[in-house]
Amino acid sequence: MTEPFRRLDADAIAARVARDLPDGSIVNLGIGLPTRVGNHLPADREIVLHSENGVLGMGPAPAPGDEDPDLINAGKQPVTLRPGAAFFHHADAFAMMRGGHVDICVLGAFQVSVDGDLANWSTGEADAIPAVGGAMDLAVGAKRVFVAMNHHTRDGTSRIVARCTYPLTGLRCVHRIYTDLAVLDVTRDGLVVRDRIDGLDHATLVALTGVPLRAG
Amino acid sequence: MIDKTVATAEAALADVPDGATVMIGGFGPAGQPAALIDALVAQGARDLVIVNNNAGHGEVGLAALLKARRVRRILCSFPRQTDSWVFDTLYRRGEIELELVPQGNLAERIRAAGAGIGGFFTPTGYGTALAQGKETRIIDGRGHVFETPIHADFALIQAARADRWGNLVYRRTARNFGPIMATAARVTVAQVDAVVPLGALDPEHVVTPGLYVQRVVEIPTRRP
Repeated sequence: MTEPFRRLDADAIAARVARDLPDGSIVNLGIGLPTRVGNHLPADREIVLHSENGVLGMGPAPAPGDEDPDLINAGKQPVTLRPGAAFFHHADAFAMMRGGHVDICVLGAFQVSVDGDLANWSTGEADAIPAVGGAMDLAVGAKRVFVAMNHHTRDGTSRIVARCTYPLTGLRCVHRIYTDLAVLDVTRDGLVVRDRIDGLDHATLVALTGVPLRAG
Repeated sequence: MIDKTVATAEAALADVPDGATVMIGGFGPAGQPAALIDALVAQGARDLVIVNNNAGHGEVGLAALLKARRVRRILCSFPRQTDSWVFDTLYRRGEIELELVPQGNLAERIRAAGAGIGGFFTPTGYGTALAQGKETRIIDGRGHVFETPIHADFALIQAARADRWGNLVYRRTARNFGPIMATAARVTVAQVDAVVPLGALDPEHVVTPGLYVQRVVEIPTRRP
């Protein structure tokens, strides 16, 4: 069935997140879709990118041939440095996060609950090789946690749920959700719609989400 | 006279005993002490407990150590990679123990060991499967989990330059786990690109002071 609206692609979601990052903010971008936010940072703002492997002030990917194996991001991809960058060891990298010195962290997710619970590290399948990386530290550490993800799984199930069924990464840690359909704030009174894509009305968004949403 | 330089990686690891806990630095390729890992594979110690962020990739380095069935247990944050089939197979067969540790907890537990801290309460992991069975406490209204230090017998790390006292400087994101692992092991072995004369490292720039380092092996490596 063709939908009467056009969902955002991954880059458009990333660009939407980037639009909300304030000048002067310290931002950590998770692996996957969130990493793409770095490609859309507004040129007129100084936004300092933090990485769990010990760097502040990351720049974009290097030109082919200029990669340095000693200069990589959390996804182990080569990056560059901006003027003003700094290096530090792993315990400091996480102390910066846990200590509340990172303003915004953008993470991918499998599921987010209406209370802001986050599930993004394990599908809980018996045969899966577990791996958590920095996900749990990021979820509890940053001052504000943004999730960037598709609204639905490939089979059409909403990733925004009353209660997460996948193993939890953190409790009540998500502040805002960016999807291919909408931007939602997690508040004490539940999810509030801040933004919808063109052609999508509130009632349809609620029906597609499956949990109560308040119009913003 | 203090001279911590050792001629070869093999000589630097000759006394690693069976059953030793060995920290291995590096995050991906950055900071990975490749020559020391190869020497540990050749050395033959068995029943090892390995502390590393990952669990090896391909068939080289740490994966080769796993494949040779020399590792009883591994503590890491992210074992799953597209090419971690050696670990994946051992894990699925139940032939290696895994303690999965959130990356920041891994780093802080290593730091705590090196700093003589008996443990700490952290919000990371509270309410998740990785906190099951652990002591918890509500501090300032927020749930925390008690985590204990991770000590090691040996730490194998990589740095850019050292002097004969073992003072180290690192290069870019290759620093990662090196400085904290150096503090947490009884014997820290640093693989370095170059050994420079004593006094050549600016004291303002030394990242790991030499008292944390017992052995230094020069392995010239081409860097961009």
